[in-house]
Amino acid sequence: MSETLALIIGKYNYWLYIILMMIGLYAMIVKNNLIKKLVGMNIFQTAIILFYVSIGYKTHATIPIIKDSGHGDGHGGGHAVIHAADYINPLPHVLMLTAIVVSVATFGVAMALAVRVYQRYQTLEEDEIRMRLTEE
Amino acid sequence: MEQIISIKPLLAVLVSLCVIPILVSASKQPNVREGWTFCAGTIKFILVLSMLPAVLQGKQIVFSLFEIAPGAALAFRVDGIGMLFALVASFLYIITSMYSIGYMRGLDEHGQTRFVSFFALAISATIGAAFSSNLLTLYVFYEILSLATYPLVTHHQDAKSRVSGRRYLSFILGTSIGLVLPAMLYCYHVTGTLEFSTAGIFAGQLSKPAATVLLLMFVFGFAKAGIMPFHSWLPAAMVAPTPVSALLHAVAVVKVGVFSIVRVITGIFGVELLASFNLGIVIASIAAVTILVGSCIALSQDELKRRLAFSTISQLSYIVFGVALLTPKGLLGGIVHIGMHAFGKITLFFCAGAIYVATGKKYISQMDGLGKKMPITYTALFIGALGVIGLPPSGGFFSKWYLILGTLETGHQILMLVLLLSSFLNAFYFLPIVYKGFFGTPPDTQEGEPVKMEEASFCCVVPLVITAIISIVLFFWPDVFVDLIKVGLGI
Amino acid sequence: MNTYPALLIVAPLLAALFTGIFVWIEERLCYPIAVLGMLISSFSAYKILMAVLSAGVIHYRHAGWAPPMGIEYRIDTLNAMVLLLITLIALINLVASYKTILVETPDRSGSFITIYLLFVVGLLGVTATGDLFNLYVLLEITSLTSYAQIGLGDKDRGPLASLNYVFIGVIGASFYLLGVGYLYIKTGSLNMMDVATIISTMHDSNTVLVAFILCMIGVWIKMALFPLHVWLPNAYSYAPTAVARVVAPLMTKVMVYVMVRLMITVFGFDYIFSTLDLSAAVVWLATIAILAGGLMALAQKDLKKMLAYIIVSEIGYMVGGAWLGNTTGMTGTILHILNDAVMTFALFLAVGNMIYVCGHVGFDNLKGLFGRMPWTMGGFVLAAFSIIGVPPTCGFFSKWYLVLGAFEAGAYHFAAALIISSLICAILFFRIFEIGFFPEPSDGDDHAHAHHEPAVMVEAPVSMLVPLGLVSLSLIIVGLYSGTIVNTIILPMLQ
Repeated sequence: MSETLALIIGKYNYWLYIILMMIGLYAMIVKNNLIKKLVGMNIFQTAIILFYVSIGYKTHATIPIIKDSGHGDGHGGGHAVIHAADYINPLPHVLMLTAIVVSVATFGVAMALAVRVYQRYQTLEEDEIRMRLTEE
Repeated sequence: MEQIISIKPLLAVLVSLCVIPILVSASKQPNVREGWTFCAGTIKFILVLSMLPAVLQGKQIVFSLFEIAPGAALAFRVDGIGMLFALVASFLYIITSMYSIGYMRGLDEHGQTRFVSFFALAISATIGAAFSSNLLTLYVFYEILSLATYPLVTHHQDAKSRVSGRRYLSFILGTSIGLVLPAMLYCYHVTGTLEFSTAGIFAGQLSKPAATVLLLMFVFGFAKAGIMPFHSWLPAAMVAPTPVSALLHAVAVVKVGVFSIVRVITGIFGVELLASFNLGIVIASIAAVTILVGSCIALSQDELKRRLAFSTISQLSYIVFGVALLTPKGLLGGIVHIGMHAFGKITLFFCAGAIYVATGKKYISQMDGLGKKMPITYTALFIGALGVIGLPPSGGFFSKWYLILGTLETGHQILMLVLLLSSFLNAFYFLPIVYKGFFGTPPDTQEGEPVKMEEASFCCVVPLVITAIISIVLFFWPDVFVDLIKVGLGI
Repeated sequence: MNTYPALLIVAPLLAALFTGIFVWIEERLCYPIAVLGMLISSFSAYKILMAVLSAGVIHYRHAGWAPPMGIEYRIDTLNAMVLLLITLIALINLVASYKTILVETPDRSGSFITIYLLFVVGLLGVTATGDLFNLYVLLEITSLTSYAQIGLGDKDRGPLASLNYVFIGVIGASFYLLGVGYLYIKTGSLNMMDVATIISTMHDSNTVLVAFILCMIGVWIKMALFPLHVWLPNAYSYAPTAVARVVAPLMTKVMVYVMVRLMITVFGFDYIFSTLDLSAAVVWLATIAILAGGLMALAQKDLKKMLAYIIVSEIGYMVGGAWLGNTTGMTGTILHILNDAVMTFALFLAVGNMIYVCGHVGFDNLKGLFGRMPWTMGGFVLAAFSIIGVPPTCGFFSKWYLVLGAFEAGAYHFAAALIISSLICAILFFRIFEIGFFPEPSDGDDHAHAHHEPAVMVEAPVSMLVPLGLVSLSLIIVGLYSGTIVNTIILPMLQ
């Protein structure tokens, strides 16, 4: 029992992102309203962003800015010994900057499409749209 | 065996292919178009003929095009059997081209340009199949031929030809994709080659059950050979204009089917392998059933072309039968029948077409007394019938003779009985047509009234006279064919 | 030589930038700019292929950063071939679609061309890159632009189809991204070659397994492997002609390329087929995909929809071939990427011509089409034969390798599915040919020599026919040279 608990608590970031992902997936599959689906999609993407951010984090580590060690040659810390373990990993965070841009752009395109759908059918409820389509 | 590298086989295939754009562009000037057809046909025949001396000397002419995979290239190799087939097909193409001018113009058919173009494509594919050096190449041309003949079969574009076309394709394409393709790929998988060789390609890598399954897949898969139960496309294909039935469904298409089976038996499995597994008798029995059943069905057909079609089905199985005997005489008789039957049967089809053009009659029951109006056609019909029955003085006698000798070599007397019985049946369904034609009374004439000649046009009659004469000539001089086969089989 | 990989991508990108600007200044200039950009790009792709064939793998480092820190383009024979394929198809389609763009997106042709170019940039990037995360970003650029393009299609159904595509596309891309995340956790690298060397020592790691499965699921969703295919038929059939013609042949095929790349370069044959025991299951899945795609295609009454389901079936070919676990099967898959792209392109070019002339391609609208559009139908017939697998068109030869691979692996069910699929395709296409070849059945009156009116020809414009003719002839040429392609391009990759 305690092992399971340790697994859950020790890796809480993974559980959190999986729960978020499932919430998003649920909304995308089950919800009837297109906007709600879009929100679900966004949660889904955000969950993955959180996952990436959390894997770069280390306990008791600092931001990855290397201080000038005082030589004044502009090449900060060139000679000082740097312990990688003291700094959090910046790479996943940087990657996520790009991923956020991607998700925003996707959301924008999706919204634009939703607007087009609304203009055509005067509704965003999927079942109503489907009814319209079968009527025609 | 000495091999000569030469581009001639490729040229012989390409000639009719290259002429198609010209045919299409000349669609408004029928005479120019027909001129080009003849031109291409003649060049093709001369090309084939020019390779004959070398082949008769026992040399092989090879030309390789594209290597698809190791041991499977698109390549040509002209040997005796291929030469025999190509010679027959390319010669009859010229004759048929002439005949189709008479036929198509006589009936004022539509879409003549389409017709001649696809005809040219079909004959290209036939020559390609004849000169194939391996199973892959053979398969390629086999498939091209299947597809090129579809617009010819459905030429009338009416409801009937639609149904027939559907049946035609589903049988031919269905079996070639569904049976031949996997069998061929399996052969390649096992041996790594598809090149025909008289010793076979398997070299002991095949167990008897596997060999049986593969062989049956090939024999039934090449449905163009019309082995029952995959025969019913052939009567259906008779909706096509008669030149198509004549050249394609008595010579080119069906013979490509049989030719493929011959190649598989002699070049892929090898006679010795099949003999050691005792599989020849299996195929021979299947063929024997088709021979007898086909003849029996032919008896009951009233439409002349359908009767010819069933007769073709049964005659094609003679060839398979002969080859499946796996004895030298049987092989010789079977393969020589490719040529002998071609001349006999094409004559019969030409006659059927000529009767239709001249009188519009399709059914045998309407043809009483027609021989008096069309004596030339009916004489040719008689000669053609002799050829198919296998009576002297026609080339057909020769092949039947060897077939019977072949059955004696195997020691299965019952097989000989099959042949004799079938010959009787053949006589039963052909000779009454001729008899009633000459001695019956036409339904619409009074007694004693003089009969006017009503032959079909010149272009229709000349070809059938030529083929009938050759059918007789082959009785006296079958040497070329026999020599070619002996060279091809190395016996 | 070193500038070509950059030029390959920069040319269409810059062209997109300029067309974006010229939309407001002089919209008529957009088209020539786009063609110019694609020309340069195609030329570069050709040069790259030649260079790779003579000198081996090309590495192009962005901004001079060495991998694994920097992003590199790593081009070997496989992606050089796919790059050339993409640029040529995009270029030919641009030429062929000149008229349809004006008809289908009349007031937005400039913007449309801009998106189109960006789409091509995305595809090229996905293919050229040697970096896992970079691949994700470019994949999303591709997807975003294709969402937008498909949304421009059919007024009633286009946006909705596109929106459904967005939902599924995002899920697919996210799964891939997650997979990359796990790979990163385990290896600390994103460069494909680097990752490959690191994970070669940790084959029993669960993290790698999770990463692999997530990546594969993501890619499968994006390529519409049955049963993850539901978005594809609508998206492809309601897209504008110019889009359908480039998305259908390229999008799924590039995703197959990504799968192949992940399998042979990143995870490696050893890992996938020796350590994991998934191969049999995936081949079964592919078998079902082939048959299901074919059967669903049989139920369609619209040519575009039918083709879309055929694509679903073809995806099964490629996934199955890749997962057979032998060189022959993988050869078949890679060859089929090329062949399927060309033949789908030819089919959609022909369908585009039919739509341009006839309005829509429901089966009832195709009667007598052979008489009216003989040239278009000629191209269509060739492409159809290639899909059926009639030699000597190229479809036959990839099927050849796939079936042989199946025999080698003992996966007879997969071989049977391939053969049955050929038969189904034959039925599908000959049904179309019948409709096109026979005039309307006249009631009661069917005497043998019905009077045939010579059909009036209403062909598509030459600018649409010439591309179709070229592409359908190339089907035969590619088919005949498939031995050469296998020997020089594919086999060196796999050894």
